[in-house]
Amino acid sequence: METYKLTVNGESKEVNVDPSTPLLWVLREELKMTGTKYGCGISACGACTVHVAGVATRSCVLPVSTIGDRPIVTIEGIGKDPVGRVVQEAWVSEDVVQCGYCQSGQIMCAAALLKSTPKPTDANIEESMGNLCRCGTYVRIRAAIEAASQRLA
Amino acid sequence: MSTTMMAAQEPGVSRRSFLRASAAAAGGLIVYLYFDSHSSAQQAPPAKVYPPDAFVHVKPDGTIVIQVNRLEFGQGVQTSLPMLLADEMDADWSQVVAELAPAADVYKDPVFGIQMVGGSGSIAHSFQQYRELGAKTRAMLVAAAAEQWKVPANECRTESSVVHGPGGRSAKYADLADAAARMPVPDTVPLKTAKDFRLIGKKTPRLDSRAKCDGSLKFGLDLNLPGMKIALVAHPPIFGASPRSVDDTAARSLPGVADVFQIPTVSKGTAVAVVADRFWAAKQARDRLKIDWDSSGVEAADSSRLREKYKELARSLGNAAVTRGDVKALEALPADRRIVAQYEFPYLAHTPMEPLNTTIRFDGDRAEVWAGSQFQTFDQIAIAETLGVPPDRVTFHTEMAGGGFGRRAVPDSHVQREAAAIAKRFKGTPVKLVWTREDDVQGGYYRPMYVHRIEIGIGADGLPLAWRHVIVGQSIMAGTPFAAMMVRNGVDGTAVEGVADTPYDIPNFSVSAHHPQVNVPVLWWRSVGNTHTAFVMETLVDELALRAGTDPVLYRRKLLKTDARRLRGALDLMDQKSEPWRAKLPQGHAAGVACHECFDTAVACAVDVSIENQRPKIHRVTVAVGCGTVVNPLTVESQFQAGVTFGVSQLMANGAITLKNGQVEQSNFDTYTPPYLVDAPKAVDVHIVPSTEKPTGCGEPPVPVISPAVVNALSRLTGKRYRTLPLVTL
Repeated sequence: METYKLTVNGESKEVNVDPSTPLLWVLREELKMTGTKYGCGISACGACTVHVAGVATRSCVLPVSTIGDRPIVTIEGIGKDPVGRVVQEAWVSEDVVQCGYCQSGQIMCAAALLKSTPKPTDANIEESMGNLCRCGTYVRIRAAIEAASQRLA
Repeated sequence: MSTTMMAAQEPGVSRRSFLRASAAAAGGLIVYLYFDSHSSAQQAPPAKVYPPDAFVHVKPDGTIVIQVNRLEFGQGVQTSLPMLLADEMDADWSQVVAELAPAADVYKDPVFGIQMVGGSGSIAHSFQQYRELGAKTRAMLVAAAAEQWKVPANECRTESSVVHGPGGRSAKYADLADAAARMPVPDTVPLKTAKDFRLIGKKTPRLDSRAKCDGSLKFGLDLNLPGMKIALVAHPPIFGASPRSVDDTAARSLPGVADVFQIPTVSKGTAVAVVADRFWAAKQARDRLKIDWDSSGVEAADSSRLREKYKELARSLGNAAVTRGDVKALEALPADRRIVAQYEFPYLAHTPMEPLNTTIRFDGDRAEVWAGSQFQTFDQIAIAETLGVPPDRVTFHTEMAGGGFGRRAVPDSHVQREAAAIAKRFKGTPVKLVWTREDDVQGGYYRPMYVHRIEIGIGADGLPLAWRHVIVGQSIMAGTPFAAMMVRNGVDGTAVEGVADTPYDIPNFSVSAHHPQVNVPVLWWRSVGNTHTAFVMETLVDELALRAGTDPVLYRRKLLKTDARRLRGALDLMDQKSEPWRAKLPQGHAAGVACHECFDTAVACAVDVSIENQRPKIHRVTVAVGCGTVVNPLTVESQFQAGVTFGVSQLMANGAITLKNGQVEQSNFDTYTPPYLVDAPKAVDVHIVPSTEKPTGCGEPPVPVISPAVVNALSRLTGKRYRTLPLVTL
């Protein structure tokens, strides 16, 4: 067990865990922040997407020991970010969710996309939005990204 | 579940309902509904009453809490059932809060008789129930106001949680609630006519949307209880196997590991449970188990061998599902008037995004359970059995679930039995059993593998004259409590639905089925038998249309029975809405169409498809739906927009579960891959056939039509027929 200092959503946190513990489980079990989801554990589905130093990152395969002082933003904190807030609102106004389990990751992924590419093309969206939604809400995910992009313009 | 089962009982016919009301402990009005399970007996309602049994709670602050009698796992009932109640109650929708009801008799499905969600039955079965609850609650609030004001009740009207009386008097529901709780519950109440609906039929955003967008909504897997432990299970690599020996030294040496022990599996084998204080410790410990598995005496199912066996079986007639006219007519036809087609379908996993999980705290004679279950009644009983306590000692909380598609409706309750066997060793400690994605993909309970063999004789008019159809696949229903209803003459209705009841008019028609026994647990997968039967019927009908040189929509109109009213309506609407874009497709694109009716809902779709990187690219889908009265058009639209993508998963190159020498070859989303955004239709427009008939379901019906429509378009592009799923190559 090792002690790690993490900055999560602007707050300092200290955890004592095995160094191999993925960030996902540190968030969910040590910090009780369960908005970030476990879906596959092999970085295939993206349900665990968070921002690490501003980059959309799959936390299920990111050992806590490798994070260092890079700041972490999760779904619980993305609403404090102006782009993140707009994305969340677009998700609500477009009534995107169904079961909703993947949507934390989808929103984190879309927020990262719109921060780097405020006017994404269809190709940008198809390349960046590599998160699984088993319900299949992709048509509305596209619509919400477009709505958020317009609101940010 | 199928339409056959749904027809078994009509709501309200064989069950009498009792309503009771009371003042809530914390103030306000609570309305209860009791079901009398003995249809003819004049007896008192069941004695078991406790506060969660309430359907409606009008709180003193004006909040109206409505209990939803089934699991919400994406399909939208947590919004649409409260809409029904709130509309009849004239409740202020902005004050409505929906909760998922725990397991209790009062929450049983009025038709199925158990508490469950499946068979697209939520709205179809509870439409009347929830409206009556709302109307009766409203009547009691009005009666309370009328008594206070000393005016006739019929001079009062209601709107937005307020009763308005003569002379400009008005009172809020919240202020009337205590008095209303003392009013008699009316036996019958008039329901609104459609013109008076305020919510029903209006696009209504989901109540759970925001909490699912800010990470605050707690799914079953997110549950955190004081002192809770996490359990993972090492399952046998072949269903039904058991450990010969287990070396758990390395596993036990990890910090946080509480115990390692063997538990029985439902498939008569033995598994090894690991319990730790965190997921990661449990996972690492499980990875370090050294288990020597003994699979002697256990059938090692193998997809290749099964395929050959099924093809051989398909050459002979099975147990008859339908025999109409004389199919021998086709043998008299020349070869150029005959089609012989063989279709192959693999096992399919549901892979809901939230991995399976159940949390149980057992204190020796009582248990508390938290689970996202489609089958609360069965799961509660299974846990009670495993723990050795009566079911009424098991408090069962229904947790929001991250998808299910049938996977959380398991007649043998194997996940709950596992969780209970583990919790039994940890008295007083809540234990959350988590199935990892690998456990889920490799854990069985798949849509069965099927082979279809069809011989068709074509008449001089280009329409099928004779049709012999043999289906081979494991029975889903055999051995379940549904077998008596669903397996007839040795035919599992879920294997032949969509063929046996085809709306196409085929004069000489024979459908039969073989149900081999295989050591692979199987289960319904969203839309059940229609997953494969619609694919076969709609690709063959398209092939016949092509041979006849007839437009595929026109051909279907000619072939449909005259009384296939709902499907004709959907087909016509789809044709009208898609005609403009189908008429001017770009080079390299083709349109495909398909239509299918299941769960009493008719669906027709047209797709615009091209081939990119050797894969079908679905540019556009137009869907028309006939589902009777629509409660929430936004839900119907969303279910179809997304549900067609669920259907596309059958076409994905990695869209199959296969077994080799008993072991499942896939393990996670890298090897069993549902559609990503890039694989899904880019645009889906949904059109609803206007109707005032009773509502039918929209959870399962989006799935069947899309894969045949896409394949029909591909066939037009390549000239090939596609009869084996998934589509590994084009």
